[in-house]
Amino acid sequence: MGVIHVTDRAGQRHTLEAVEGWRVMEIIRDWGLPIEGLCGGACECATCHVFVAEEWMDKLFPPTEEEENQLDTVVTKPSSRLSCQILWTPELDGLEVTLAPST
Amino acid sequence: MTDHIETDVVIIGAGPVGLFAVFELGLLDIKCHLIDILPKVGGQCAELYPEKPIYDIPGFPMVTGQGLVDNLMAQIEPFNPTFHLNEMVESLESIGTPEAPLFRVRTSENGTTFVCKSVIIAAGGGSFQPKKPPIDNIDSYEGTSVFYAVRKMEMFRNKKVLIVGGGDSALDWTVNLQPIAKRLTLLHRRDAFRAAPHTVEKMRSLVASGDMDLHLGQVSALKGDNHVLEGAVIRKDDGSEHLVDCDVMLPFFGLTMKLGPIAEWGLNLHENLIPVDTEKFETNVPGIFAIGDINTYPGKLKLILSGFHEGALAAQKVHRYVYPEKKLLFQYTTSSTSLQKKLGVAA
Repeated sequence: MGVIHVTDRAGQRHTLEAVEGWRVMEIIRDWGLPIEGLCGGACECATCHVFVAEEWMDKLFPPTEEEENQLDTVVTKPSSRLSCQILWTPELDGLEVTLAPST
Repeated sequence: MTDHIETDVVIIGAGPVGLFAVFELGLLDIKCHLIDILPKVGGQCAELYPEKPIYDIPGFPMVTGQGLVDNLMAQIEPFNPTFHLNEMVESLESIGTPEAPLFRVRTSENGTTFVCKSVIIAAGGGSFQPKKPPIDNIDSYEGTSVFYAVRKMEMFRNKKVLIVGGGDSALDWTVNLQPIAKRLTLLHRRDAFRAAPHTVEKMRSLVASGDMDLHLGQVSALKGDNHVLEGAVIRKDDGSEHLVDCDVMLPFFGLTMKLGPIAEWGLNLHENLIPVDTEKFETNVPGIFAIGDINTYPGKLKLILSGFHEGALAAQKVHRYVYPEKKLLFQYTTSSTSLQKKLGVAA
């Protein structure tokens, strides 16, 4: 058991109960926050783009080339990740992300 | 002079679910036209993940997105549907009665008008449109200084052109517009490009010879008054910013899906989805159906196979609108000579 903290596009922070083995995109979507996840987690649309808080950046597996290619299709910051490519594990208890603007 | 077409059914969206609806309607002798905003059939399967394997299509242990689309096209071939690609449905108006529905459907691009007895919306996540970078005021430059596609290259002659992106569109237009632009700048978030290697090489040699500029970073703001762009502020990963002088910006970030004009057709919507019943998959407007990812109902699963089922059931009700006097006999393709004739396989 653990949580993630998600700041939505209006700036409101939500604490969501996480599920081991779920993608962060799926956790956010399951709680009903407005994340598109158009392609369903196939790393093909970049509509689940989030900014990861700095202190969490190096706790994540680095992005694959496939994820980098999708990040090329949005306006990124150094903290940009696709939340469908982050599998939640108990080590990520307290993970802090912000939803990127929709395109 | 706009085209005017009378048909039984207009299907909006030529993704897998729209394509299979042609099959189910065809078995019931119902003719249809399909409209799609993309220049090709297949919807998300063809546009987003043509090479991705899909494992949950009944009867196919594995099929790629494009493979599924190709098979569906072969399956519906006997019914000879008409495709209107590169067209977006702009308006849908009811001109009949709830008992005898009739609709007028208009597309934007070359203004085709359809009159039909039923409409099946199989539009997935909506219509594919260029991704817009979230930059303040970008709207106010669109059409004057910011373009998401190149229609006429001449428009960019002697302009200071800023191209943003790292894929095939960005690189192709970089190489094609560089000779006619006053100065061409390519901006990408990193020094790696997922475009054809020879195009990337060409771009690199233009940069090396000083004939164009390459910047790494993101556009953070646009400068210029009265819809006329004068420059773009570029932010690098280290947070530093600088201004690039430009008259025109062409962002090439690929496509995304937006609900678009569907929201204006008088249909009930729930969080950008169209609520339907689970018997006929009909919307609140009799004669308008919604199948596939665009609909919602208790227990809905956004699976391609659900969309196939929904199309089959919707076709039954469409039959009542198209042939109100005919009794519908339920038949199997394995045993019905009449169905086999329609499929062109009768002995």
